[in-house]
Amino acid sequence: MTKLDLPNYKDQSPEVKARFDDLKQRDVILDVKHLGKIFDSAKGPVTALEDINFQVHRREFVTVIGPSGCGKSTLIRTLAGLESATSGEVLLEGAAVSGPGPDRGMVFQGYTLFPWLTVKKNVMFGLRNQGVSAVEAESEALEWINLVGLEKFAEVYPDQLSGGMKQRVAIARALAAKPRILLMDEPFGALDAQTRSKMQAYLLEIWRHIDITILFITHDLDEAIYLADRILVLDAHPGRVSELIEVPVSRPRAPEQLLRPEFLAARQRLDELIHPPGQGDEEVGKLNMLRFANVGEEVQPQN
Amino acid sequence: MTSAPWLAPRIALSQQRERVLTLLSFLLPLLIWAAVSYTPFIWHPNMEITEPGSVNYFQEGMQIERETFQEEYNTQLEAGGELPQGFRANPVYLPAPHEVAIAFYTSFTTEPRRRSEQWLHESLWHSIQIIFWGFTLSSILGVPLGILSGTFAAVSRLHEPFIEFFRYLPAPAFGALAVAILGIYDGPKIAIIFIGTFFQQVLVISNTTRKLDIALLEAALTLGANRRQLLFKVVIPGVLPQLYKDQRILLGWAWTYLIVAELIGTSSGITWFITQQARYQNFDNVFAAIMMIGIIGLLSDLLLARLGKRLFPWERSSNKS
Repeated sequence: MTKLDLPNYKDQSPEVKARFDDLKQRDVILDVKHLGKIFDSAKGPVTALEDINFQVHRREFVTVIGPSGCGKSTLIRTLAGLESATSGEVLLEGAAVSGPGPDRGMVFQGYTLFPWLTVKKNVMFGLRNQGVSAVEAESEALEWINLVGLEKFAEVYPDQLSGGMKQRVAIARALAAKPRILLMDEPFGALDAQTRSKMQAYLLEIWRHIDITILFITHDLDEAIYLADRILVLDAHPGRVSELIEVPVSRPRAPEQLLRPEFLAARQRLDELIHPPGQGDEEVGKLNMLRFANVGEEVQPQN
Repeated sequence: MTSAPWLAPRIALSQQRERVLTLLSFLLPLLIWAAVSYTPFIWHPNMEITEPGSVNYFQEGMQIERETFQEEYNTQLEAGGELPQGFRANPVYLPAPHEVAIAFYTSFTTEPRRRSEQWLHESLWHSIQIIFWGFTLSSILGVPLGILSGTFAAVSRLHEPFIEFFRYLPAPAFGALAVAILGIYDGPKIAIIFIGTFFQQVLVISNTTRKLDIALLEAALTLGANRRQLLFKVVIPGVLPQLYKDQRILLGWAWTYLIVAELIGTSSGITWFITQQARYQNFDNVFAAIMMIGIIGLLSDLLLARLGKRLFPWERSSNKS
């Protein structure tokens, strides 16, 4: 693959640099220390995560990316408390977490709205669990539904919504419970490309307007860059942090930036990390050789 | 639309076709029955005697196999005696549709033969009560137990292996025991329905509960639901529509145990009516009574299906697709 003549992805414009300086000053919301996860399988223990270390600052947007099987989902499920860590610890604003809790909201890839509740009741769910009165929960829920632009659908059941709308409700539902951090596990993975880019814009708008920290898993390189302040790149087998990239693209983001040199520089770096040179190409090369070997030649019958 | 083939794999029928076929599903068996009843050459293996002639054991109104009739006829022909007369008939146990239709009405209006006996509507009502109590008692225990064991692995382990064993024991086998314990009246009958329903119910409902998407529970956990809230605000509403469908099917099973149950101790209810009428050889009444069970079952199921659509409005659109 020929490299484009791009700036180094580590070069930051003064504006971007100032923003990162500010970010690093902020409180640490999430502190992951030496996190490890080993699954027991029929073939013996499998290390899914090994010695994961990183911090997320307040109102930061971090995306997590890596080859399939790198343990992205295990990582986010462990942070949410849905899986327990084998070693290390997770601190949320300094306090160790064990088990799931409303302080870490989660948006899943699959649709997890409660089908028996209307959009409004879905969004009220977290508040009601925390003992907020029905009246208060309802007015708060309606505010969140307004925020994601679904006020006309408040009384509708989820199965009447499109995929994108369902995920908007899921975001509203998670945010309404007032989490300290929002964990998103490939939330737009099941959506078509057009809806996905709209959802990305929505999410950035929401994030800009409210005080929320986001950790977002994706397997889409452009999505990872477009949304993030920093990108946590994971290696596979075992899942380890390969690099934490500071995205050199200014905010607020717009789709035009996908073609800017600094965006492409980050894109190229991600490509290198996720598809190490040689590895994938070799296999494709072999396949092509096989194809050409058969052209114009008699294939020898196998013995 | 009109040119769509009748046999298209997995394609829904138009409403009109659906109605036509539903009607046919009832009409076809009725037509076969009518054909066998009203056209003599299809079956009619017997002769009903109108004139005994000189055959000494023939009586008017008696049915006899056609071959025997023919032999006696020939014998009398040779002997020069008076010839017996009769017409071809189906056996008494296969009444014609119109006779059953009449019996449908008359069985309700006919006074019981003995004063201690019940009218048909009383028998039916008694049967419905037996079903109701057997099924309700079973559900009061079986539904919560099923939901709990579908939710908590420990609860499931604690009793499901035993239930797996117990459900193979045929409910009627407990008849004598039930009579010994509960007496000869309604107690043992309700017990048989209970035994027949309960063990299946626990397994079916715990299975339904286990099929609830675990992601819904996980979502609820990240929204701060505690164990009690998980159970009452996620698991129960989540399984309710399917649980309701399960209950409808289980109610159908309860009906199948009814006849056996009613034979235990003192025979009662619709079963008593059926056996009694069969003894009197009123097979039109027997057919009418059996059909009444079918009609009651079908109507109550349709009613429950209607009710289900109202109870679970969020299921409406997913039912259509």
